[in-house]
Amino acid sequence: MTTDPVITAKHLDLTFQTNDGPVHALKDVNLDIPQGSFVSFIGPSGCGKTTFLRCVAGLETPTGGTLTVNGMTPDEARRKRAYGYVFQAAGLYPWRTIGRNVALPLEIMGYSRSEQAERVARVLELVELSGFEKKFPWQLSGGMQQRASIARALSFDADILLMDEPFGALDEIVRDRLNEEVLRLWDKTVKTIAFVTHSIPEAVYLSTHIVVMSPRPGRITDVIESPLPKDRPLDIRDTPEFIEIAHRVREGLRAGYEE
Amino acid sequence: MTKRWQFPPVLAMVLALIGLWYLAAIPMNIKEVLTAAERAGATVQPASAQERRDMSNLSLVFQNPGQIGDSWSTQRPILPAPHNVLVELYDSTIDEELNGRRGLVRSGSLSNRSLVYHGLVTLNATFLGFLIGSCLGIALAVGIVHSRVMDMSVMPWAIISQTIPIVALAPMIIVVLYSIGIQGLIPKAVISAYLSFFPVVVGMVKGLRSPDHMQMDLMRTYNAGQMTVLSKLRLPSSVPYLFASLKIAIAASLVGAIVGELPVQKGGLGARMLAGSYYGQMEQIWAALFMAAALAAILVWAIGAAEKATLRKMGMAQ
Repeated sequence: MTTDPVITAKHLDLTFQTNDGPVHALKDVNLDIPQGSFVSFIGPSGCGKTTFLRCVAGLETPTGGTLTVNGMTPDEARRKRAYGYVFQAAGLYPWRTIGRNVALPLEIMGYSRSEQAERVARVLELVELSGFEKKFPWQLSGGMQQRASIARALSFDADILLMDEPFGALDEIVRDRLNEEVLRLWDKTVKTIAFVTHSIPEAVYLSTHIVVMSPRPGRITDVIESPLPKDRPLDIRDTPEFIEIAHRVREGLRAGYEE
Repeated sequence: MTKRWQFPPVLAMVLALIGLWYLAAIPMNIKEVLTAAERAGATVQPASAQERRDMSNLSLVFQNPGQIGDSWSTQRPILPAPHNVLVELYDSTIDEELNGRRGLVRSGSLSNRSLVYHGLVTLNATFLGFLIGSCLGIALAVGIVHSRVMDMSVMPWAIISQTIPIVALAPMIIVVLYSIGIQGLIPKAVISAYLSFFPVVVGMVKGLRSPDHMQMDLMRTYNAGQMTVLSKLRLPSSVPYLFASLKIAIAASLVGAIVGELPVQKGGLGARMLAGSYYGQMEQIWAALFMAAALAAILVWAIGAAEKATLRKMGMAQ
């Protein structure tokens, strides 16, 4: 694993003008995300974690500071399709089968039919959905739909995977399984993952770096590098190391509130 | 909702309406009936037609209960009873084609006195108008969704266009088109399209805008162009809205075609209705009306069937 940052934010500001006056969604955010890392963003709602992810994706434009993705501006990176984005809802098209849903970005990006088929088969296997290619989304459970949407984001081999509370709407049992799966995916595909969540155990379990944020104005209060090994069975969550990191995250969140 | 339970309420409603119709036919036709009875030598109250003229129909009914039955079989009814209309409907369709001098069997072509012929004339204009109207509606909706200028300029005019009574506009359209040498099917189709484009515009604008923010953001992350978003996301999302609009549009097309036939007495259900009213042939008007209603029902049902088939094919009907 190299440590060149793939995403760099320097003094990043984003202010929304609303009818109730300006809202500081992000204020003076400085962050380096090293290549191959798994970075979680955690904080209460309104802390700007999703906004930051959207800035990286070029879906929002910062009002100040600099942000580079793979050495480019976020908009250039978006045009070069440098990342896959997973939203909170699976957002599969009901009129497309799972296979055709996963092939959607490939179609748009102009891959040949044979390459589409080959890639769809590969990523569906990666998320353990082989055999569901011909099913329609409504025939799948919520967890399976979200796995299909991850497969869709992986299909075109972007180096960066941006995930915005992808499992927020799922129950805890499904969530545990998907967390394990995401770690396995990350290990297999050697991607840089930025992951927004509001669950402390999820953040600690998944991440190499945990970015703790706080609201009004949205800012980073702590960046915790996890000492946990890369190989993480689910019961690592009962070890003292895990509990200690979780404690530190909780402290960081509380500090953000008390200021 | 099962089919078994849908049927009895519908039937009850139809029976109630028919009952009401027969009842209404008594006072509506009583003056004609009494005049005929007087000529035939029966005694009626009051005896002179002049006195009867200024009396209310209801009191005439009460003074001459013996004549009530004739209200349903009089020669020139103001309100023909349902069975009279059905007889006229049979006479002017099946009977005319099978036994009429100009019918299909004897002359080898559809009789110009039959509702089959006139129905087909109207249907022709309806289909062409529906085609023009739907295409125009979809094209306008695509423009409105993609261009703010079109959104602000076209939409208000589309709404205003529907506030002008079509009966006032139809003769003008026909005259204007005639003066540049266009007549026959096209003017009727234009009027028909004028009525049918509007529901399609409204429905399609809503349908094309139905993808939510997340879906649009997803397309942005793929760096998809406007045309790609239109073909891969907006158009498929709008299909359920489109069919809802098409159902209204096809019925409106039929109305438009009929209205377009009123000023030009060259065949069609509209022409039949107007001719019936000129010559006091109420049965003919009602028969044409029934024919139009049946056509509308069949057309709307056909769109519904196409909708079901399409949604099933798209995997959206569960």
